[in-house]
Amino acid sequence: MKVTFPHMGHLSIVGKGLFDQLGVEVVVPPPITKKTLKLGIEHAQEFSCLPLKIILGNFIEAAELGADTIVTSGGVGPCRFGYYAQVHREILQDLGYHYEIIVVEPPDTHFSELIQKISYLSNGKSLFQVARALRMGWAKARAIDVIEQKVQQVRPREVRTGTADDVFQWSLKKIDAENEIKKIWEIQRKTLHELDGVPKDMEKTVLKIAVIGEIYTILEPFVTFDIEKHLGRLGVEVSRSIYLSEWINDHLFMGLMRVRSTKEAAQMASPYLRHFVGGHGRETVGSAVRYAREGYHGAIQLAPLTCMPEIVAQTILPVVSAEEEMPVMTIYFDEQSGEAGLVTRLEAFIEMLYRKNDFGKRRVQSERLFRN
Amino acid sequence: MNKILIPKTVPNKIPKTIGIPKGMLYYDYHILWENFFQNLGFEVKVSSDTNKKMINEGIMAAVDEACLPVKVFYGHVLDLASQVDYLFIPRIVSMVKKEYMCPKILGLPDMLRVSLVNPPPVIETTVNLRIKNNQIEQAIKEICSILQVPDYEGLKSWQAALQKQEQHERYLQSGHLPEGFPRVKDGFKIAVLGHAYNLYDAYINMNLLKKLHVLGAQVCTKEMVIPEEIEKFAGKLPKKIFWTFGKQLLGSGLYYLDDPEIKGMIFLASFGCGPDSMVGDLLERYARRGNQKPFMFITIDEHSGEAGLVTRLEAFMDLIQRRVS
Repeated sequence: MKVTFPHMGHLSIVGKGLFDQLGVEVVVPPPITKKTLKLGIEHAQEFSCLPLKIILGNFIEAAELGADTIVTSGGVGPCRFGYYAQVHREILQDLGYHYEIIVVEPPDTHFSELIQKISYLSNGKSLFQVARALRMGWAKARAIDVIEQKVQQVRPREVRTGTADDVFQWSLKKIDAENEIKKIWEIQRKTLHELDGVPKDMEKTVLKIAVIGEIYTILEPFVTFDIEKHLGRLGVEVSRSIYLSEWINDHLFMGLMRVRSTKEAAQMASPYLRHFVGGHGRETVGSAVRYAREGYHGAIQLAPLTCMPEIVAQTILPVVSAEEEMPVMTIYFDEQSGEAGLVTRLEAFIEMLYRKNDFGKRRVQSERLFRN
Repeated sequence: MNKILIPKTVPNKIPKTIGIPKGMLYYDYHILWENFFQNLGFEVKVSSDTNKKMINEGIMAAVDEACLPVKVFYGHVLDLASQVDYLFIPRIVSMVKKEYMCPKILGLPDMLRVSLVNPPPVIETTVNLRIKNNQIEQAIKEICSILQVPDYEGLKSWQAALQKQEQHERYLQSGHLPEGFPRVKDGFKIAVLGHAYNLYDAYINMNLLKKLHVLGAQVCTKEMVIPEEIEKFAGKLPKKIFWTFGKQLLGSGLYYLDDPEIKGMIFLASFGCGPDSMVGDLLERYARRGNQKPFMFITIDEHSGEAGLVTRLEAFMDLIQRRVS
């Protein structure tokens, strides 16, 4: 059994850590490239959403490296993601790839289904070893997120552009290679310390912008042309409405861990959006409210084109923006998106925020912004 | 997105008119809804058939990324809003256990609330039968309290309306198209699958059913398949489809693929429809695999042109004629 799974941000490090502990052989799909996207576009329905296409590309590329089992997540609707695995199965079958697909999702008929799947994957390991593997996955996911949150703060302030990212990349490699939980905590501590030491311009006025929207688009930098780095370079501190570890905690650990939960965000969506609409639609609206009340200067909604829950959220966000007094911009991504267009829109949005917040004082800043 | 101000009209002394926009779920449940309100002594006003003006107004009011039926629905609401005492836009989350409507239907009342200024009172009762079947009673009671009629009358009226609805569904299942659509008894049997709001709105699908009729096709729809067959065929999939309409489309599609009398299949979807991007694709794959039946995927949006559609339909019917003879 050679297990593979979709890419989504740094998910591969977490997944690899988990399966390594279980003694399952893992084939991490090659990093997402234009070729991955092309494979996906070629074989998926034209207006299916972008994650479906890219993930399909991942599976095809992984199959060429010898993977024969897919482990992925599902759901019970109404977001399309819940049916991804079935569509992928049929497409892969038509293409002649023979995959076993294991979908970890809320069980349809009986809880034993889920247990069965886990024990099949755990390869006959004891419950203790499974728990250990889960802890390993969690430690890696959490460490990456804690470090990345720090990176998001350092990026706009660093004196030499790219220093924080160099540190981040190095720490990702270390975390990926590590297989002892205590060592991971140590890497986390060390990296945070190192990021503290990055030379920063503390005088600089920094905008705070929240990135909200659909989880895959937020987490996968390939789709958004690494929007967070662009924002960092433009002098913006970024926060995401959802981090991978938060998603894991909400969906797999039933909120046992003490991290921010999307449940709060969902509650804050009312009265603007009074009902769950699938995916992260309600969380997107709620996060906009939350970030506005936390004093963020603006929010950017990211979603794949034709994403149903995000279209509902997009319709409602202008009212949230007006009532909570925080500018919100929506950007959709699909295979036609271009980087230059994205950067232009970001620059315009940021310029607008500079002027809106304090015209006279920050003008110098914005001029410097464009000289770079 | 533009906010739209609804002109105020002089309200009736006793609010008596209920406006039902002729879009989205109207085509599936209008018998039920109209009868329910009429039994209670209310006057039901349905918006007129979709027209150019409605589509234009809908496009202006809705976000660009919304699908055509949603934009059209906006147009219907705007058409009605200033003429009625109540607008009936329920939030239909789920009509069947363990199933859902699509996210845009779930969010419809909220989406409309942010674009309408000064609308008449909106009945946006939530109907969610996903977990419990008896939630429908709660919904009826909620409507009754808005309309200020006693609960028992509401429930009684609901039962009567439900009978009418079932009667109508049986009529369709016995092989009829809804009123106003011609259907020949001889001719090539073609399965035409699509959401009711696309299939029976002759304006947005550019008169698809009539065109097929003229070309000599006998149209079979998902409404003509009895629910038991739909369940049986949809149950063949490894995972249950959790969209009610998606399940109906796929179940009836597989049923028709199995039926030797059906000579071809047309799948009608609006551009950007999430469930259809998956259900339609699956159906196309199944149809192609056995090389059983010609399959055509028609996508409509506000830019669709009639000439292109006619050409495709003619080519499709020619193909079938050749295969048959």
